[in-house]
Amino acid sequence: QKLVASPNPAYAILDKKTSQKDATTYNNFYEFGTDKSEPAIMAGSLKTRPWTVSIEGEVKKPFVLDIDSLLKLATLEERIYRFRCVEGWSMVVPWIGYSLSHLIKKAEPTGNAKYIEFVTLDDKKQMPGVRSPVLDWPYTEGLRLDEAAHPLALLTFGMYGEVLPNQNGAPVRMVLPWKYGFKSVKSIVKIRFTKEQPATAWNKTAPREYGFYSNVNPEVDHPRWSQASERRIGEDGLFARKRKTLMFNGYPEVASLYAGMDLKKFY
Amino acid sequence: MNLTAPQLSRLKVVVFLAALIPLGHMLSGILMERLGANPLEYLTRYSGDWALYFLMMTLAVTPLRKLLQQPWLLRFRRMLGLYTFFYAALHFLMFFWFDHFFDLQEMWADVLKRPFIAVGLMAFCALLPLAVTSHNGMIRRMGGKAWQRLHQLIYVIAPLAVLHYYWMKAGKHDLTRPYLFASLVAALLLYRVVVKWRERAERRPV
Repeated sequence: QKLVASPNPAYAILDKKTSQKDATTYNNFYEFGTDKSEPAIMAGSLKTRPWTVSIEGEVKKPFVLDIDSLLKLATLEERIYRFRCVEGWSMVVPWIGYSLSHLIKKAEPTGNAKYIEFVTLDDKKQMPGVRSPVLDWPYTEGLRLDEAAHPLALLTFGMYGEVLPNQNGAPVRMVLPWKYGFKSVKSIVKIRFTKEQPATAWNKTAPREYGFYSNVNPEVDHPRWSQASERRIGEDGLFARKRKTLMFNGYPEVASLYAGMDLKKFY
Repeated sequence: MNLTAPQLSRLKVVVFLAALIPLGHMLSGILMERLGANPLEYLTRYSGDWALYFLMMTLAVTPLRKLLQQPWLLRFRRMLGLYTFFYAALHFLMFFWFDHFFDLQEMWADVLKRPFIAVGLMAFCALLPLAVTSHNGMIRRMGGKAWQRLHQLIYVIAPLAVLHYYWMKAGKHDLTRPYLFASLVAALLLYRVVVKWRERAERRPV
């Protein structure tokens, strides 16, 4: 199903795009299985209409938006972002969406709001993977409010000119190109503004391995593998070295968000 | 059941060819581009999986031979052991090639930094002398006792290999298969301990 959006040249990197087939068949979406080939096979059971997203917590007045009004909240843009998984592979994907800041503005957070928590749908009937205890369901993620308001943070509804396939987090997900992929929470049903730093799914599971910030950083290794290099899906391999990973995945404009922070400590 | 010599050699050919099926799967997968979005990761994991499967099969020969009273099974142990080495060598080569592009220094840094890789490499290095000494000439030259002692290294290799797999999987928090392999290795090793105990008990004067 087509999704119309005009390209935003300010956010279009020139790297070769990953093929749509690779980007839609190689997914980490544990709600549909832990193997990366499973979501494309299993996610057909996800019902993306009707769908609502509830805005709660430290806001002037909580409210619920259905997906179609959420889609119309701001002008959809196409942005080509690098996407770096914590596992050491990367893609280049043309996403469709708008900056989350538009929704934040509409939500009117109170002065107490310091963080945002995102919650993924948690429904055993639609998501076979939720029956397995690999993670503490529902999948939750979080950002500091200033990170969430950064223009790069994209509330995303589509990719490759079409609405998001279920396995990529339909009908609405986050894309945070300067952070490891698991921060880019999928199939969002709730966005909560909070005073305290929210707990996040992978951080709860393995705090030493997955920090709250999880910014792409070639200098801070995962305890079990290096983050200094990555394999670009569809490109790096037999006849070339893996490519060097860039600080903040090549988005230096976010650096000011972390000024004065020890990124080895706040990994 | 006892096999005649021609039956045994025919069966050996069948097993030899069957053990090449995973290799065939990898080669045809590459040629037909059927290995998904990250074929190099797929190949690395697949070859590692099969090294582990063959290791289990090798370790299972002695218990099965004794429990089922099929002495001819012993004739397959060497082949299975060599296939363990073959797939482990492929697995190592892929790691060295795909992950480090044959940069020895870079690989070494990776080994020193990451216990799961170090453990895997240790297991592979320990397989080397077993593979080298796995022909009759060598057994004769070394003497049966010394040869057997050397090949008991497998009892160290198997837990190392499972630990390597467990640590690799731990990041995904998906430990069903690592636990399965760990229990299998534990059972196969425990069997040997029990047999040893019993033999000792029988030898004791009443």
